[in-house]
Amino acid sequence: MSKINITIDNRKIEVEAGSTILEAAKNIGVEIPTLCHMNLHDLNVENKPAGCRVCVVEVEGRKNLAPSCATKVNEGMVIRTNNMRVINSRRTVMEFILSDHPKDCLVCAKNGVCDLQNMAAQLGVREIPNQEIYSMSEYRLDTSPSIIRNMDKCIMCRKCETMCNEVQTVGALYATGRGFDAVVSTPFHMDLVDTNCTYCGQCVAVCPTAALTEVDHTRAVIRAINDKSKTVVVQTAPAVRAALGEEFGLEAGHLVTGQMVAGLRQLGFDHIFDTDFAADVTIMEEGTELLDRLGKHLAGDKDVKLPILTSCCPGWVNFFETQFPDMLDIPSTARSPQQIFGSIAKTYFAEQLKIKREDMIVVSVMPCVAKKYEAQRDEFKTDGNPDVDISITTRELAQLMKQANLDIKTLPEEEFDQPMGESTGAGVIFGTTGGVIEAATRTAYELYTKKTLENVEFKQLRGMEGIRSATVDFDGFDLKIGIAHGLGNARQLLNDIRDGKSDFHAIEVMACPGGCIGGGGQPYHHGDSSILKKRAAALYTEDERKVKRKSHTNPAVIKVYEDFLGAPMSHKAHQLLHTNYFDKQQEGPEIVKGDDCTSCN
Amino acid sequence: MAIVCEKDQLQEQHLLKIKEICNTFNKDHSELINILHGCQGYFGYLPAEVQEAIALEIDMPVSKVFGVVTFYSFFTMKPKGEFPISVCTGTACYVRGADKLVDEFQRELGIDVGQTTEDGKFSISTLRCVGACGLAPVVMVGDKTYGHVSPKMVKKILKEYKTK
Amino acid sequence: MSKINQHILTCGGTGCRASESKELAQNLRDEIASNPAIEGSVKVVECGCFGFCEKGPIVKMLPDNTFYTQVKPTNAKEIIEEHIVKGRKIENLLYTDPVTKEVIDESKNMGFYKKQHRIALRNCGFVDPENIGEYIAREGYEALGRAIFEQEPQVIIDTIKASGLRGRGGGGFPTGLKWEFTKNAKGDQKYVVCNADEGDPGAFMDRSILEGDPHSIIEAMAICAYAIGANEGLVYIRAEYPLAIDRLKIAIKQAEETGLLGDNILGSDFSFKITIKYGAGAFVCGEETALIQSMEGLRGEPNLKPPFPAESGYFQKPTNVNNVETLANIPVILNKGADWYASMGTEKSKGTKVFALAGKINNVGLIEVPMGTTLREVIFDIGGGIKDGKKFKAVQTGGPSGGCLTEEHLDTPIDFDNLLAIGSMMGSGGMVVLDEDDCMVSMAQFYLEFTVEESCGKCAPCRIGNKRLHETLEKITQGKGVMEDLHQLRNMSEVIKETSLCGLGQTSPNPVLSTLDNFWDEYVEHVEDKKCVAGQCKSMLRYVITEEDCVGCTACVRVCPTNAITGTKKKPHIINQDLCIKCGACMDKCSFDSILLIA
Repeated sequence: MSKINITIDNRKIEVEAGSTILEAAKNIGVEIPTLCHMNLHDLNVENKPAGCRVCVVEVEGRKNLAPSCATKVNEGMVIRTNNMRVINSRRTVMEFILSDHPKDCLVCAKNGVCDLQNMAAQLGVREIPNQEIYSMSEYRLDTSPSIIRNMDKCIMCRKCETMCNEVQTVGALYATGRGFDAVVSTPFHMDLVDTNCTYCGQCVAVCPTAALTEVDHTRAVIRAINDKSKTVVVQTAPAVRAALGEEFGLEAGHLVTGQMVAGLRQLGFDHIFDTDFAADVTIMEEGTELLDRLGKHLAGDKDVKLPILTSCCPGWVNFFETQFPDMLDIPSTARSPQQIFGSIAKTYFAEQLKIKREDMIVVSVMPCVAKKYEAQRDEFKTDGNPDVDISITTRELAQLMKQANLDIKTLPEEEFDQPMGESTGAGVIFGTTGGVIEAATRTAYELYTKKTLENVEFKQLRGMEGIRSATVDFDGFDLKIGIAHGLGNARQLLNDIRDGKSDFHAIEVMACPGGCIGGGGQPYHHGDSSILKKRAAALYTEDERKVKRKSHTNPAVIKVYEDFLGAPMSHKAHQLLHTNYFDKQQEGPEIVKGDDCTSCN
Repeated sequence: MAIVCEKDQLQEQHLLKIKEICNTFNKDHSELINILHGCQGYFGYLPAEVQEAIALEIDMPVSKVFGVVTFYSFFTMKPKGEFPISVCTGTACYVRGADKLVDEFQRELGIDVGQTTEDGKFSISTLRCVGACGLAPVVMVGDKTYGHVSPKMVKKILKEYKTK
Repeated sequence: MSKINQHILTCGGTGCRASESKELAQNLRDEIASNPAIEGSVKVVECGCFGFCEKGPIVKMLPDNTFYTQVKPTNAKEIIEEHIVKGRKIENLLYTDPVTKEVIDESKNMGFYKKQHRIALRNCGFVDPENIGEYIAREGYEALGRAIFEQEPQVIIDTIKASGLRGRGGGGFPTGLKWEFTKNAKGDQKYVVCNADEGDPGAFMDRSILEGDPHSIIEAMAICAYAIGANEGLVYIRAEYPLAIDRLKIAIKQAEETGLLGDNILGSDFSFKITIKYGAGAFVCGEETALIQSMEGLRGEPNLKPPFPAESGYFQKPTNVNNVETLANIPVILNKGADWYASMGTEKSKGTKVFALAGKINNVGLIEVPMGTTLREVIFDIGGGIKDGKKFKAVQTGGPSGGCLTEEHLDTPIDFDNLLAIGSMMGSGGMVVLDEDDCMVSMAQFYLEFTVEESCGKCAPCRIGNKRLHETLEKITQGKGVMEDLHQLRNMSEVIKETSLCGLGQTSPNPVLSTLDNFWDEYVEHVEDKKCVAGQCKSMLRYVITEEDCVGCTACVRVCPTNAITGTKKKPHIINQDLCIKCGACMDKCSFDSILLIA
């Protein structure tokens, strides 16, 4: 890249040609505020509508102000980011935005973590002149099992639209209306539950305000713990430990597993378990299923389809149920670790405690908002009682801990309880893209080849590219593996399968870019995708530290099969650990035959 | 003008028409606006069911279709009256009193701009410049243009259609 | 069969059609058909707009050039029997000058036409737009033929550059330069786009050109395509222009049949085809990046420039977008030369400009004058002055993006730069004249209402800021304003101009700023004295009953929706101002003119 010379705020600097003013200013430590710009470098995703106009700067020789996020630097450009002309405009634009924004900050879900609130504070906005005569946008509050849409708070940054359409290719959200009435919304402004939303929560992850937030279940957790008649069991997903620290000011990628356990114990949970345990069980089921299907397929059984697709991710499950209902027989039937955990907890563990399932409340801490929906699915209930009662996000756990004055930085490291706190390194890496398939490969290899796998690390399966493929030598047999994260990438692989162009034996899909570490329930990364890499690295570190790194070597897992489940894919395992998928394609318009239409006859 | 059945249902023949229109434009996403024009020309308006059918036919998220429909003022999701009244509120008509005509039509019909009378006969809308500035202020009822309209003429114009 | 020796030209533009000019043309044909003596020697031609819409429908008799105004379908018989058969002019259909009371029988002697110089409108009112032969007969497609066979693309671009032609859609960007950029842009596929999404309320020149002379646009697009190396063209036209669409379609078909469009035009290597794309009612789509989005089937939201369409436009290919009026000038410039064109106009604005003259003016219509003509000449000489003998107050140019100019600006020669310098702009050429009955605060409010409705909503200052401007203006016209609001208005306006994404937002506060500059006192009166001298702001007016005229009939009491009127029968009544909602129902009802509206 060639360099060019520019002047920013009277400082002459050399920057790379082709960079924007926003980027150039960052080089010299000048952070120009912006609300709508988002560049997820590693994911090749940029949201740049140049719509908020907060980032405007003065460029010498230009009549009006320039949006720094979308204006490229030229040789000799003279820029002012901070003179009073700029400040007045920036502040006035902020007043415009606030004049159409509710001012209930004290009780807002984003209080303290709101980009708009922070920027308003930075710009010193103290009043909105004439607010009393200004009309404000009003929309119906839309509550779904996972996500709440409060579009009164939408500032039209369009980040959610970019995530939903360009990254995820779901298309549940799109800009509607025009002018003052423009807002990102669902078709016909219907409720999310009536759309093809997968609840992946990527819209929530990028929303700068509280227009899109997760459904808050912290109150339900407090109520459960306070109920003395209930035994409250908590499970924590692998990706949570790699991100929770960020909520307490720690660097991204700082593992806080032990401190998290201590915090949960302080909060009053009766049993603190690890979803990683259930992840190991998942591998037992999914790995066995893979080998079963592979064996039959190689033997020439035409009814057995390959590739097998992973099914741990509830957003991904929702995606193929709504968008690829013709391919419901391809994914593994194994339930997700959250649900496997709930199922075992409310049977095997409840039996051990000698309590009824109704008296046990299973809480899950997930990096995910779709898990809230998954926990409510009818398939995962017994007589109306769900296997997982409450699912909260990493952010909600941080909230609960803060309410209880628990600081992750000062908590001691403690151990998970037994038996469902025991896990292997394979379970840990479930939290990042490529991790599930790597875990499955470790087990499947040994089961298939009957040999011991010396080097458990399959580096070829790791990385951040949206679609990856690798071939693993299974002692002479080449197992072809595909990996996709982000639903748009998953769609490409699915289309290939549908068109008969796919030669993979197994494919891992995660709905969120980066996998669970980039889930919709994680601490906000504010568009900094390097955070995702650090979280992934943390999980691989935890894997390295583990003595046991293959799921089938987990003693607690071996024991649960011996004592309770029998073998993987046994009848009991099927009943408790597998599921069915349903055609949830968006129905087209209802069609009536000419003769049946009462109003026409 | 075919009107979609009540109860938000499309008839088979309507679906065939939608498919035909989409095929005329090769289901090309860049022809969405032309497809919408075609469907509105046929149905008179673009109810949700029609948009859903278009989305399905051309394989586009229905949210996108809805986003486009709601962007352009020419497209409407509500059926217009049998005799749609359009008051020109372009500048030339405005300075010659178009706003008073809007008031008068609203008062006479008891509906607001954008609404249709209960009997389905009249609807009121405003439009920007029909280009007959020499006749300002101008009112259109269906395809018929009335020039130099005064508030007093409003009743008379309506009477023409009330008996139809 | 006898030879045609007389033509009757009728106006077939939208405005005159609204006054039954189509029926008139049919009646004329019927009359001719029923008269064996003249059948076959007289031809009725439905032309495009003559421009003099105020006096439409227009009928022009050839060869004697008699110009009849306000002709009704029932006049057909008289025209045939008197004018055609007996050769007698029909006095009461001739134009009478409102000032001199002189009866004028030819257009060239009428004030409305005297100062006009019609280049873009050269064929409107002269040719049958549905007959390519008539266009060809008036040097049509000559420039295209010459271009393809005799000229290098760069020569054409150099000619356009030398002519000084600037974009007539509003921006005023040099057309030749734009062509050159697109020509020099890298790309195997390029496009020529004609922007016919005319959206300024009160401007209808593009429609009139398409209705009256569609071939000039087709020819110009083909020339442009040849010059920049494109072979596909698109016309983006408002769906609200059915007549223009029909005529354009006919013209395209005729050009294709004649070998002037399609593969190997006139047997050359050059191929060019034109397709039509429809707008759907969004003013912002007049902005070229929004227009391109809309042509791609998307929401018409503008994108930041650069990249300019010349580099990355329709489907990211180099695209040249010109408006209708700009294109209409191209063939003439190439026929008559750059020097000829550049000899007209001012130093930086060459040629002529079409204006749609409307509002409180005697001669509403479409006019074309050389750049540099003064506002006074346009309004008083061509426009015939203010209607009903009222006093001139302001002229609004440039539509919703322009500003309101006053008496002191009347002698400004009109060109792109002069209008900008005095706080308005050329825009697409709307010119609305206002008189003493027009309230300037209400005018600003009117324009802002338009902008608020038409903002796409993509950027915050335009989406929200314009709404706030409108609401603040509304506060003032409702008599609730304070002086601080005027300062707010100015600051908000300036910031919206500085920070908006596209041309719509960058100009939308102009009506506010120009009225603040030129009619400050009127704003202050609204705010401080709660007074609207124009008598337009309802809330500042009071309905009062004059005691001497009121007979106490109680009609007003019965019609008042808020029971604001009280009084005993046969005694003068009074209106309680606190309850009055100023609906005016009482005044309409009173048979004794005893209710007055006072400021």
